[in-house]
Amino acid sequence: MSTHPEEVLRLDGITKRFGELTANDAVSFSLAKGEVVALLGENGAGKTTLMNILFGQYTADNGTVSVFGKTLPPGNPRAALDAGVGMVHQHFTLADNMTVQENITLGTRPLFSARLDRKEARKRIIELSERFHLAVSPDAKVGSLSVGERQRVEILKALYRDVRILILDEPTAVLTPQETDDLFATLRQAIANGLSIIFISHKLHEVMAIADRVVVLRHGKMVDGVAIKDTDKAALAALMMGAEATPPAVAPANPGETLMELKGVSTPDIGSAPGLKSVSLELKAGQIIGLAGVSGNGQAAMAEVVGGQRVPVTGSLALSGLEIPQWSPRKAVESGIARIPEDRHKTGTIADFDLTENAILERYSNTPFSRGGWLDWRKSRSFANEIIEKYDVRCPGPDTTIRLLSGGNMQKLILGRVLEAAPQIILANQPVRGLDIGAVNYVHSQLLEARDRGAAVLLISEDLDEIMGLADVIHVIAEGRLSPAFNRGEKSPAELGLWMAGQGFEEPARKQESHHAS
Amino acid sequence: MRLEPIENPTVIRRLGLPAAALAATFLVASLLAMVAGANPFSVFGLIMKGAFGSKFAVLETLNRATPLIFTGLAVAVAFRAKFWNIGAEAQLYAGALVTVVLGTGFLPWPAFAILPALFVCAILAGAIVLLVPALLKTRFGVDEVVTTLLFNFIFLLFISMLLEGPLKDPMGMGWPKSARLVPEARLPRIVDGLRLHWGFALALISAVLVWIIQTRSTLGYEMRAVGLNKEAAAFAGIPVNRVLVKTALLSGGLAALAGFSEVAGLKGSLTLDLSPGFGYTGIIVAMLALLNPLGVVVAALFVAGIFVGADSMSRAADVPTYLADIMLASALLMMVLAIMLTRFRVVRG
Repeated sequence: MSTHPEEVLRLDGITKRFGELTANDAVSFSLAKGEVVALLGENGAGKTTLMNILFGQYTADNGTVSVFGKTLPPGNPRAALDAGVGMVHQHFTLADNMTVQENITLGTRPLFSARLDRKEARKRIIELSERFHLAVSPDAKVGSLSVGERQRVEILKALYRDVRILILDEPTAVLTPQETDDLFATLRQAIANGLSIIFISHKLHEVMAIADRVVVLRHGKMVDGVAIKDTDKAALAALMMGAEATPPAVAPANPGETLMELKGVSTPDIGSAPGLKSVSLELKAGQIIGLAGVSGNGQAAMAEVVGGQRVPVTGSLALSGLEIPQWSPRKAVESGIARIPEDRHKTGTIADFDLTENAILERYSNTPFSRGGWLDWRKSRSFANEIIEKYDVRCPGPDTTIRLLSGGNMQKLILGRVLEAAPQIILANQPVRGLDIGAVNYVHSQLLEARDRGAAVLLISEDLDEIMGLADVIHVIAEGRLSPAFNRGEKSPAELGLWMAGQGFEEPARKQESHHAS
Repeated sequence: MRLEPIENPTVIRRLGLPAAALAATFLVASLLAMVAGANPFSVFGLIMKGAFGSKFAVLETLNRATPLIFTGLAVAVAFRAKFWNIGAEAQLYAGALVTVVLGTGFLPWPAFAILPALFVCAILAGAIVLLVPALLKTRFGVDEVVTTLLFNFIFLLFISMLLEGPLKDPMGMGWPKSARLVPEARLPRIVDGLRLHWGFALALISAVLVWIIQTRSTLGYEMRAVGLNKEAAAFAGIPVNRVLVKTALLSGGLAALAGFSEVAGLKGSLTLDLSPGFGYTGIIVAMLALLNPLGVVVAALFVAGIFVGADSMSRAADVPTYLADIMLASALLMMVLAIMLTRFRVVRG
């Protein structure tokens, strides 16, 4: 595949399965000396798994990793490090109470050594930080540094160990735009010094700015490997999110009255992910609204507002035309909102509770599940049995700990829990992520059924195939702002890709971001 | 070496490992008994005899188990919700303090109302003492391990100040000791002539009530949900902070009952040695019981038996009573290890 003169890293046919899920499916790519390859893909596309295999944390079911022509032994975390591969993780691995120099030299010297070579180490750190434009004082305590400075320490740490291949996992997720520019300057310097870089990201404009080549992963498969000069943001967005398949035939929607309305809703940013920026949205009975967008563009904030976890800072929220004075998860449940959370393991269920206890999680305080503060286990159990039967949850029984269920069966229980209450509004946040194809179809048919009996569905997904297949109306979210409504079939994947890349909005997105970054 | 979670531990694993933990505890104790120059079998025999060998011994063990049941329940309730109440000692003294203040003749009430009033006020006192760390945690995120632990020292010094000052018994010959409770404020004995007071019955009733609350009530369900997964509980609409505060009130109230029952049932007055660390031992009791309220009763009897038995063993076999402390400490460590090993297996590489 590579015709580049000097190949430094090669992944060949890497396949990794976790039970029913194939996290990496015959992924192959190579990295040449002095090259930046971007690894692009949505959450769960298999980027992290691939890097864990490269670093020997996981053993691949198939395929090999070779560095500088030598095949690495599988499952040995030291092998990659010794071969000169360094990684800067998204979450830093620094000791706050130690100085920059101590952090950098930590682990490079034998535990018991007569000489510490502090002076020598210090000289080298200063020399490296000048050469690579990584301004940071060796004597500063890491705890007192900004996030951007800490990242510089992490990079210095790798450089100090003479890495030849540097892997950066979502390095800009925590940085301001200015810090990002500084980082890119450093990376260009590194390339000039003969290093090679793998840059993991799902931010398109950064990939366009720094990478020579981009490898796109989707559902564990390598979709494409293209040179940056041969592609553009919109094409990458479409590649990353799919939409190569034709949408299945879905009966046209029959939209009714507006059940929920967001008017000019804004929320604060959540970490590096933007909040909502003056978003207005109407959810109508008998209609599926698809929210498309590259992940981390405000989807989480939208889900929190609709699901009751967040109260809008400005703007208003109305249910069937009535403004809601107070808003909380319980209020949302009581208002007939079915919530299918993004992470069914962490937020959707309690792993050590059994199926019965999980089935009543949202409504344990209401009849028939409890009366006057006392639970009715008989009725709760029969409710769980009902869900198990009706939604085909494969399990030994309602007393099974939910931890033992597969993702698909867990999701079926959540579906049953929320749909049995005959909800008017359904919030489905990534409802099929990580599920096998059978479970995917099941979840989709349930959502369509709910729509056809008159429910309003808000489907948030990072999979454009899913959105284009199911949604009657599509909105694109980018940098927390919402595009106009597009009807089914109105826009092509490429056109939606432009919106996802932030084009088409009235004001440029980057301007707003840099405004509150300084 | 690393740990790998076990999806579905077998019954053998779940029961066998705690049994192995107890066996290991006795092994450690045997070695120490041998170092002290005694035959381990006779040492354990003497402990058993001292704890359960006679009517007097059994009653003594039950009396000693009473405050441990209360503090064990207090810890079990709190830990179940992952609210780390290390301050049962302070709440115990709060209960004892209120019992003494109100029970030494202040209440101008008819005799039959005094004990119920003391009972309720003691619970309230303990609840309020734990309310402060609970609010600090839910409002400002202050770590409750630190606040509850430090409260123990603050409260003990506070009691000491009171016993040297306003609460000092004028008839106490200068000892730092409160006045005695009026007879109507004393918990009667369950059976005339047997040295066992109603505090023990109250402890058993409390254990059953807590068990019912945990398994049958919405509050118990909420407490378990918050303890297992705060994020999912909040998403589902469980008011996490309110549940934590309620947990603290219940836990503090239970620990205070230990102080109430010790003063009203056994001692009759308040001194600084009212509790030889019942609050801390409650943590051991709760952990040995795997936080199960009914298990707390069994664990409290076990721990009380070792303490009482070791006292008489020490006199007969000339082995220091510290053996009891070591046995409990190693039982706790082994049990924690056993619990971990039922859920994880150690894998090489």
